[in-house]
Amino acid sequence: MTDTKIKIENLSFFYGKKQAINDFSLDIPKNRIMSVFGPAKSGITTLLRSLNRLYELIPDTRAEGRILIDNEDIHAPSVSLTQLRRRVGMVFDVPTPLPMSIFDNMAYGPRLSGIKRRSELEGIVEQSLKMAALWEDVCDRLDTPAASLSGGQQQRLCMARVLALKPEVILLDRPCSGLDPISTAKIEESLQELKKQFTIVIAPHNIQQGGRISDRAVFMLSGNLIEEGTAEEIFANPTDKRTADYITGRFG
Amino acid sequence: MKDFKEKLSGRIFFVLALSSISVLALITVFILIKGTPLIAEVGLKDFIFGMTWAPGRGEFGIFPMIAGSVSVTFGAAVIGVPIGICCSIFLAEFAPAWLSKIFRPVIQLLAGIPSVVYGFWGMIFVVPLIRDYLGGPGLSILAGSIILAIMILPTVISISEVSILALPRQYKEGALALGMTHWQAIYSVVLPSAKSGIVASVVLGIGRAVGETMAVIMVLGNAVALPESILDPVRTLTTNIGIEMGYAEGAHEQALFATGIVLFVVIMIINGLAQYITRDKNKGRR
Repeated sequence: MTDTKIKIENLSFFYGKKQAINDFSLDIPKNRIMSVFGPAKSGITTLLRSLNRLYELIPDTRAEGRILIDNEDIHAPSVSLTQLRRRVGMVFDVPTPLPMSIFDNMAYGPRLSGIKRRSELEGIVEQSLKMAALWEDVCDRLDTPAASLSGGQQQRLCMARVLALKPEVILLDRPCSGLDPISTAKIEESLQELKKQFTIVIAPHNIQQGGRISDRAVFMLSGNLIEEGTAEEIFANPTDKRTADYITGRFG
Repeated sequence: MKDFKEKLSGRIFFVLALSSISVLALITVFILIKGTPLIAEVGLKDFIFGMTWAPGRGEFGIFPMIAGSVSVTFGAAVIGVPIGICCSIFLAEFAPAWLSKIFRPVIQLLAGIPSVVYGFWGMIFVVPLIRDYLGGPGLSILAGSIILAIMILPTVISISEVSILALPRQYKEGALALGMTHWQAIYSVVLPSAKSGIVASVVLGIGRAVGETMAVIMVLGNAVALPESILDPVRTLTTNIGIEMGYAEGAHEQALFATGIVLFVVIMIINGLAQYITRDKNKGRR
């Protein structure tokens, strides 16, 4: 077991009066892929969004408990929200290219953090696109609008864009839900490379994907942590009956 | 029997739909028949670019009115569009839910106030203010622009706001997840994505300003002359018809209908532009 990157301690999350996550504690190891899975409405998206505090967009939400990244509480008043979101990058279930060219999409984050020199930006863009296995597809048309890419390419662009921020943690919320098998395979393949540098938390879009890519996995049900362990334990030999039922398709 | 009913109801709806379109066609044809002979007689160039409007002497040049319409509409856009767009951004992005719940119906109400009320308020309140503090007769391009700016606000605000709210939530979330601040996300993602809707709202607002008659009659002063400053009175194409229709006869009446043709064409171009812009947006979406 490697070092713990993210430590979630007794997290409870509320939308107004409705509780979405109940007293949830979890250690997420560094340089590993952690899968969070469960039926819809189990609080998975909420959990991911609490890690970069993106839920704060929605009025009347509240998180209790502590989330530590490198032993630093992300709710501490000294934490800058924009800084946090650059450390904890996120890819969504729907590709979200910005309405600008491929290059500008990629360079947006680095520019925000103050990098101005074209050559330096170009270096970051190329490197990040290569890591997301998109460089070959787009290297000769970086000036075209990002919206002209296919869905799978857009999603890899979004991933590359997050990588260009040089984050520490990458959150992926069902990143392959709208993608064809080939694009999915490419993303899964690049994840195995990426985990060498980053800590990855992913909501897989199905159990098979979870089994293929994860090192560890956690099963959630109605906002509760049911079971957590290595991928083999969880996907092959779950100890909790509810996990077993879900994996074998008896409900969910 | 059922089949017959189906067919009959289809026919009835067709006839009713046709009647509304045919009224439009009828008016168009009527205006064209009444107006074109005069344009042919005077000559299109002299009619549009002629500087003298003296129906008594048979001189029909509407250029001062075109200049009046353009200047008042432009002024209304300069004042109203920035306020309107900022207001829509505020409502869509910053305002807490309870506040936009109050704001929205109030803005809709603004659209429902009869234009004569705006004109009356302008005459009693805005015109003396301009006269006392800026000089001139008060009845002026500036007064008309202010009144029209208020009148186009509902159009600009509601259409812009709808187009901002219609954006997929993920656009903004994606931007914020990149570490942008709220304002950076609005500036670099929300506004460019909603651009076509916002531009359409501006164009429709301008269309409304060009067509407005009653309110501007009351505050523009209606002098037929090329304005030299925004404090000068002017007459617009619409007010020209509104003022003189009561006593116009013969060629004079034809000239007013010809003015109507010009207005008609301008409005058609503006609405066509708005339609084109909004259609382009739908094409761009997946």
